Amino acid sequence: MNIVVPIKMVPDLVEELVIDASGARLEPDALRLKLNEFDDHAIEQAILLKEKGAGQVSVVAPDIEGVDDALFTAAAKGADRLIKLTGNWNNGVNNHALARVFANFIKTLRPELILTGVQAHNDLDGAVGPQLAEHLGMAYVGYVSGVIISDKAQVRKEFPGGLIAEMQVALPAVLGIQAAEKPPRYVPISKVRAVMKTAKIETFPAMELETAGAPLSVRLFQPETGTRATMLAGDADTVATRLVEIFKERGVL
Amino acid sequence: MTIPTMTNPSFNETFYASLQTPPTGERVRTCLQCGMCSGVCPFGYLMDYPPGRMIAALRSEIFDRVMNADTVWMCVACYACTEVCPSGIPLTEKLMTRAKEELILAGKVPAELQLALENSQRYGNVLGQSPRKRADWTKGIQATVPVFGKDKKAAAVLWYVGDYASYHPRVQTTSRALAKILNTLGVDFAILGSDESGDGDSQRLAGERGLFGVLATKNGQAFRKYEFDEVITTDPHAFNALKNVYPTLGISFPVRHYTQFLAERLDQLKPLLKQSVNGKITFHDPCYLGRANNIYDEPRALLRVIPGAELVEMPHSGKTSLCCGGGGGGMWLDGFQWEKAHTRTSEWRIREALMSGATTLAVACPYEPPRFEDAIKTIREASGMEVRDVVELLAESME
Repeated sequence: MNIVVPIKMVPDLVEELVIDASGARLEPDALRLKLNEFDDHAIEQAILLKEKGAGQVSVVAPDIEGVDDALFTAAAKGADRLIKLTGNWNNGVNNHALARVFANFIKTLRPELILTGVQAHNDLDGAVGPQLAEHLGMAYVGYVSGVIISDKAQVRKEFPGGLIAEMQVALPAVLGIQAAEKPPRYVPISKVRAVMKTAKIETFPAMELETAGAPLSVRLFQPETGTRATMLAGDADTVATRLVEIFKERGVL
Repeated sequence: MTIPTMTNPSFNETFYASLQTPPTGERVRTCLQCGMCSGVCPFGYLMDYPPGRMIAALRSEIFDRVMNADTVWMCVACYACTEVCPSGIPLTEKLMTRAKEELILAGKVPAELQLALENSQRYGNVLGQSPRKRADWTKGIQATVPVFGKDKKAAAVLWYVGDYASYHPRVQTTSRALAKILNTLGVDFAILGSDESGDGDSQRLAGERGLFGVLATKNGQAFRKYEFDEVITTDPHAFNALKNVYPTLGISFPVRHYTQFLAERLDQLKPLLKQSVNGKITFHDPCYLGRANNIYDEPRALLRVIPGAELVEMPHSGKTSLCCGGGGGGMWLDGFQWEKAHTRTSEWRIREALMSGATTLAVACPYEPPRFEDAIKTIREASGMEVRDVVELLAESME
C-alpha cells in the first residue's frame, strides 16, 4: 500500500513570537520552526502500518528551513521516500494554498492512504486534511487515534464524553491523525546521521500558490491586559467605608 | 521496532567484545563474581541484572535476557560499583553505559528520558528552554557577567555554566553566587551565553553517545572562537566531560571545578567571609567530583573557612558517598525509578544528613539542590534542613 504523509513546519513556541512592522504577521527572522506535533504522530502511525506489512511510506513537505532534519528523522524511523516541494514559501503560506499544493503533487503519487496531522497550532484557515481530501475527492476522517488496514481502513476516533467509535472508511482516504497508536519513537542521533549519508531527499517544484478562500489577517497583537484589581488598605472600617463610596460612585448602591 | 540483535546469537559475543577495549576494558574478563558491585549499587537490590549478574549472563551467552529487562535504567552511573570492584573493571563507563546504548538503539527508551534527549537534540539544553535565553539568568543581578563575543574576545577564565545552572530557577542561585564571588575576587572571566550547549555527559551515560558527540562538537567550536587560559564550572558532570571525555574527541582545554579554583584562593577569600553560619554543616560528595575525579578536599577546605562552620560527616562520605539519584539519566527517570523502587536515594541521603546532626547539607553539583529540597519535603523530621551549594554558603557569608 502506498501511504503518503504530508507534513508542515510550525513556529516553535519555545521562542518568543515577534510581530513584524506591518502588524499583521509574525516576523519570520525571529521564528524557529519545528515539525507540527500532530504530523509527527501521522508519521509514526504510517511507520507502524508499514511495520505491520502495509507497504511504502512517502513523506512530503514544503521546502522550508528545518525540514531536512524532519525528513531525515522520518527516514531513520522507516520512511521510504522523502520529498520536498520547492516554491516561494518565504512569505508564509496559508492552509488553503498548502492544501492545493499538496493535492496537486500528491495525486501524482497515486496514494491509497494519506495520513496527516489533524491540526496545527497555526491553523488560521482550517486544517490541511479536510481541504486536501476535498481537492482529491477522497473521504476524510479526523481526530483518528488508531488505524487498521485491510482492503478498507478501520479507524478509531475519540468523541467527547469518553466515547470511542470504530468506523470503516473506503480507500483511498485522508485521515487526520490526533495520536498514533504508540507515541512517536526516539531515534538516536547516530541513526539519523547514518541515514543522512544514504537517504536522498527528492525535490519537485510546487505549483503556484493559490491563497484564495482564506481570511486575511489585518492585525496581530498580544492579548491586552484589562484594568487590574485595586487592593484597599486599612482596617475593616476604612475598607468598608471606601467600598461603599466606590459602589455609590459606580452607581451600584 | 524490531530488535534484530536479540535473535542474532553473535550479539552476546559482539557486545562482550565491545567492552574489552584497552586500556582497561579487557579487565572485564577478570571478574571474580564477588558481587561487591551489586551489593554497593544503590538500586542493585531491585535490578534483575545488577553489574555482576550482567557479566555472568555474558559469560553464559544469555545476555539477551539482560536486554529484555528494563532495570538497567535504575543505574544512576554513580561509580559506586567501579570504585569497589577488586578487579578494576570499568563497570560504569563500559558495561552499564554500553547496555543502555544498546537499549536506545533498539528503541527501548523510557518516555521521560526520551523527552530529555529530544530537548537536548533540539534546543541544546535538556530543559527544553529557548537557547536564545541561556544567559537570561544574568539579567537584573548586581554582579557583572561578561559574555564572550558580546563583551570580550579574551578572558583569563571561561566559565562554562551548564544547563541547570543557566535555566533551573533554583540552581540559578548558585550561578549568581559564583558571579558575585568572581566579581569580588576581581577574576577576569566571561561566559559563552547562547554559544554554549549542554555538556552532554549524562546523556552519554544514559546511552546516547551520538548526542554527546554533537553537543561536545558544538561546545568545542564555541571554545575555539575565544581566547582564555582555563575553563571553570559549577557542574561536576560538565567538569568530567571536559576533563576526561572531550579530549578523546580532540577537544582539549584545561578545566577545573570551581571548588578547585576557589580553594586556590583561600587566603584572598577568607577575610571576605564575615557572616557566620549557624549549626553544623555536612558535605555531600557529588559522584562526578568525588569518585569519578577524586576531588574530596577542596570543597571541605572552602567550607571550613566560613566563620562558625562546624563540619560533620555522614555515614556515607568521600569515596563511599551516596548518589543523589540524578546521574546517568536518573535526573530524567524520576517517575520510572519511583515506580520500581518507591523510594529515592535523595531521601535516603537526607536521612543520613539528619543522622549526622547537621542542619545544612552542602552540595557542589547543580542536580542536587532541587533533588534534595524535594526529598526534604517528603521527610517530616527534615523540615529544618537547608540545602546550599558551597558557593552559595560562601556568597552568603560575604554579605
